[in-house]
Amino acid sequence: MKQAYDFAREAFFAPTGLSEQHLEQVFSQLLTKDTTLADLYFQSARYESWGLEEGIIKSGSYSIEQGVGVRSVCGEQTGFAYSGEITLPALLESAKAARAISRAGQSGSVNAWTVRTPQRPLYGMDDPLNSLSEDDKISFLRQIDSIARATSPYVQQVMANMVAVHEIILVVDETGRMTADVRPLVRANVSVIVERNGQTESATAGGGGRFNLDFFLNGNKAQEYAEEAVRKALINLDAEAAPAGNMTVVLGNGWPGVLLHEAIGHGLEGDFNRKGTSAFAGRIGEQVAAKGITVVDDGTLEQRRGSLSVDDEGTQTQCTTLIEDGILKGYLFDRQNATLMGTQSTGNGRRQSYANLPMPRMTNTYMRAGEYDPAEIIASVDKGIYAVNFSGGQVDITSGKFVFSASEAYQIENGKLGKPLKNATLIGNGPDVLTRVSMVGNDLQLDTGIGVCGKDGQSVPVGVGQPTLRVDGLTVGGTATA
Amino acid sequence: MIELENRFDIATEFQAMAEHVLAAAKAKGATAAELDLDKGTGLSVEVRMGQVDKLQYHRDQGINLTVYFGHRKGYASTGDFSPPALADTLDAACRIARYTSEDAFNGLADAERMATEFPKLDLYHPWELDADMAIDMALQTEAVAREHDARITNSEGASVDSYAGMSLYANSHGFMGINHSTRHSLSCSVVAQEGESMQRDYWYSVSRVPSLLESADSVGAEAAQRTVRRLNARSLSTREAPVLFVPQMARGLIGQLVSAISGSSQYRKASFLLNSMGQQAFPDFVQLREDPFIRQALGSRSYDAEGVATQARDIVKDGIIQGYFLGSYSARKLGMQSTGSASGASNLLLADTGKSFPDLLAEMGTGLMVTELIGNGINGITGDYSRGAVGYWVENGMIVHPVEEVTIAGNLKDMFKGIVAIGDDVDERGSIRTGSILIDKMTIAGQ
Ligand SMILES: [Zn+2]
Repeated sequence: MKQAYDFAREAFFAPTGLSEQHLEQVFSQLLTKDTTLADLYFQSARYESWGLEEGIIKSGSYSIEQGVGVRSVCGEQTGFAYSGEITLPALLESAKAARAISRAGQSGSVNAWTVRTPQRPLYGMDDPLNSLSEDDKISFLRQIDSIARATSPYVQQVMANMVAVHEIILVVDETGRMTADVRPLVRANVSVIVERNGQTESATAGGGGRFNLDFFLNGNKAQEYAEEAVRKALINLDAEAAPAGNMTVVLGNGWPGVLLHEAIGHGLEGDFNRKGTSAFAGRIGEQVAAKGITVVDDGTLEQRRGSLSVDDEGTQTQCTTLIEDGILKGYLFDRQNATLMGTQSTGNGRRQSYANLPMPRMTNTYMRAGEYDPAEIIASVDKGIYAVNFSGGQVDITSGKFVFSASEAYQIENGKLGKPLKNATLIGNGPDVLTRVSMVGNDLQLDTGIGVCGKDGQSVPVGVGQPTLRVDGLTVGGTATA
Repeated sequence: MIELENRFDIATEFQAMAEHVLAAAKAKGATAAELDLDKGTGLSVEVRMGQVDKLQYHRDQGINLTVYFGHRKGYASTGDFSPPALADTLDAACRIARYTSEDAFNGLADAERMATEFPKLDLYHPWELDADMAIDMALQTEAVAREHDARITNSEGASVDSYAGMSLYANSHGFMGINHSTRHSLSCSVVAQEGESMQRDYWYSVSRVPSLLESADSVGAEAAQRTVRRLNARSLSTREAPVLFVPQMARGLIGQLVSAISGSSQYRKASFLLNSMGQQAFPDFVQLREDPFIRQALGSRSYDAEGVATQARDIVKDGIIQGYFLGSYSARKLGMQSTGSASGASNLLLADTGKSFPDLLAEMGTGLMVTELIGNGINGITGDYSRGAVGYWVENGMIVHPVEEVTIAGNLKDMFKGIVAIGDDVDERGSIRTGSILIDKMTIAGQ
């Protein structure tokens, strides 16, 4: 069977004439006696997307992104250069520029190569762009449009998108390791606008992962996404002003796990903790969540959007326990920050592309299930809100304050769900929000595969998940002060 | 020096490449085509805790190509300029166009709207900078910040960035425009600590002209002051109060206006200011102008992403919406003319109401001054607005204490109508230039 490394050779070496001898030359240029790590990151990614709007296929696009990034690290210091051209002169020039981080002269070489192929591939290597015919891709989008319009007469606009990416990477590092990975990624989204009596609202739905496009056809996802988007939009038409103030909040399972991503995940990334700029710095072993709460970052789930067989430094991904039974256990590391903190990479070194430096990033971050029935959790609340869908969030790593914005929420009164509430932002303090979780549901679910995380201007696909949670005291940023 | 080497040779090469690709598209049966070509080079230096942290060299290039077969279109892009890659990209765009739908509103912008005058906008000012100079400047900035106050205990670092680029846009009307520009910046972010409270803030300076950047001393000192003054912030109880957006945050409000009156929001009926042309959306003292011709400004351009001539114009006059931001597609959908906004708004200038920042604080009396906003809780269709806020509680025109972990909420329609005053403390760094904006009333949620 064709291995990931064979794909990499085909993509990067065959067309350019590059060989292992050339890589030796590049490393001879790159390494000095101060170098603690160095790597070349070859990337070739092909993107295709189709967009439907107003019942017609309005847009289609295809793009190729290809290049190589060259990095030299001396302790805390990093030199980096990249080129869209994969040629020996471009590599040598980048190596010379990246090496400038070291004041020491050239010293060292790599001349024994070990080819490593992912031990445990989490996804197939087929090209998802070719996994459906163009006609099938388009008819999927048309199906979303017709189902959405048939679902409600109030639907005014339907926008549907389908995106497929096929990416091949090869990481060559200073130890001579050559690690390749072939990564499919697909996503479908629908966004609807509904209008009733002059009032307009919108909602979105979608999903995806690291598999082929036939996932959407086989799972009848056109119907699922279209109906879900229309359902949420219609609910928003009936929504009343959300309350303002501190109250009990029940968070639904699945995508509301964005709470963990913002409140906990970013603050546990190794770079902020090495620098001591995170509100979680130096708090390993402390209680940061209620007893019984366990949160992990798991890059090893098959076919999930946030999963990777190996990270962008060639390290095998793993399931890292961040919080265990309420106690802070660990951080997320790339190679550089792990080395500086005297530990091992957790396989969380990720980058947006060859033109960006890797950093510690999340993969799939979720809380393990507890014991409560979700209905029991809602029934336990006298007065509060139940938030089941969110449009995203943000965190200030240093102060620990985070927000996430509800796009579907309901009143809870006397243990019963009441009227839907308008969009409201929830705000809290990362290091203590989980100490106020008083009930954890038995209904752990991961999101449908649409998450994008931004950090330092770099976007990477991620996943989140959680069971239903009761949080005693979160600030809800509505407008109703009564 | 951060400069595109041989940029005039590259320009000639780009012209030839553009002509070649447009001709090849025609040979493939495309009835029209347009493309842009970009190339850029840059240096970024980051220092942290008194030593170099990162040294990065940037070298980017790309081509974006759109072909039309009648009213069907296809798009493709690549970073590889080799002849086979360009041929593949054209093939890909043509393949895409076989599957997209007929859309009568598709096509190049109208030929008679192409820019014919190219005023000197003075956007290209390469910096005589090498890595060592950049490192020294960043080190100086960070050192000033760290020495500014004993409570500055840590640092996210300081950085110096310089970028020089060129872009060419051409279409099968025969239009071709070439633009050279530079962008330089200096920024600093430090961490202050006192007791349990740890806070981070930053300051930056950005310009197309290196000599117009704020000094290292000034950026460092400002970053330090902004960080220290956030220490010991606390939440507020839930209440209604006036809110004063400092210029950096006021810019976001103008951004929301731009989005609401852009062509795509209007034709999709996805705007809280739907069909607002000629309507009173602000108090009658609000004046907003678009000026694409300010020399050396970040948003300046003489033509947009479709080659259409840009224009200086009123967006809001006496509180009334005067114009949308339209590219050719949305203009046709709305039965209007392109406003040369296919690349978005150019430079926007909000007129002040003759008040200084202290005047605004005094006018607000008691309320919240907002210096940072987080989260994306804005619904562009309904105008509902709810975001996390950081700032200062103000009583009787005087700052009382720093505030965090609160949200501010309202509706953008009401917020626009509720503008009470606009300060003369204009932040000229970005393409949106505004002073502080005072809004009569919002809901503040806290503990
Ligand atoms: Zn994130």
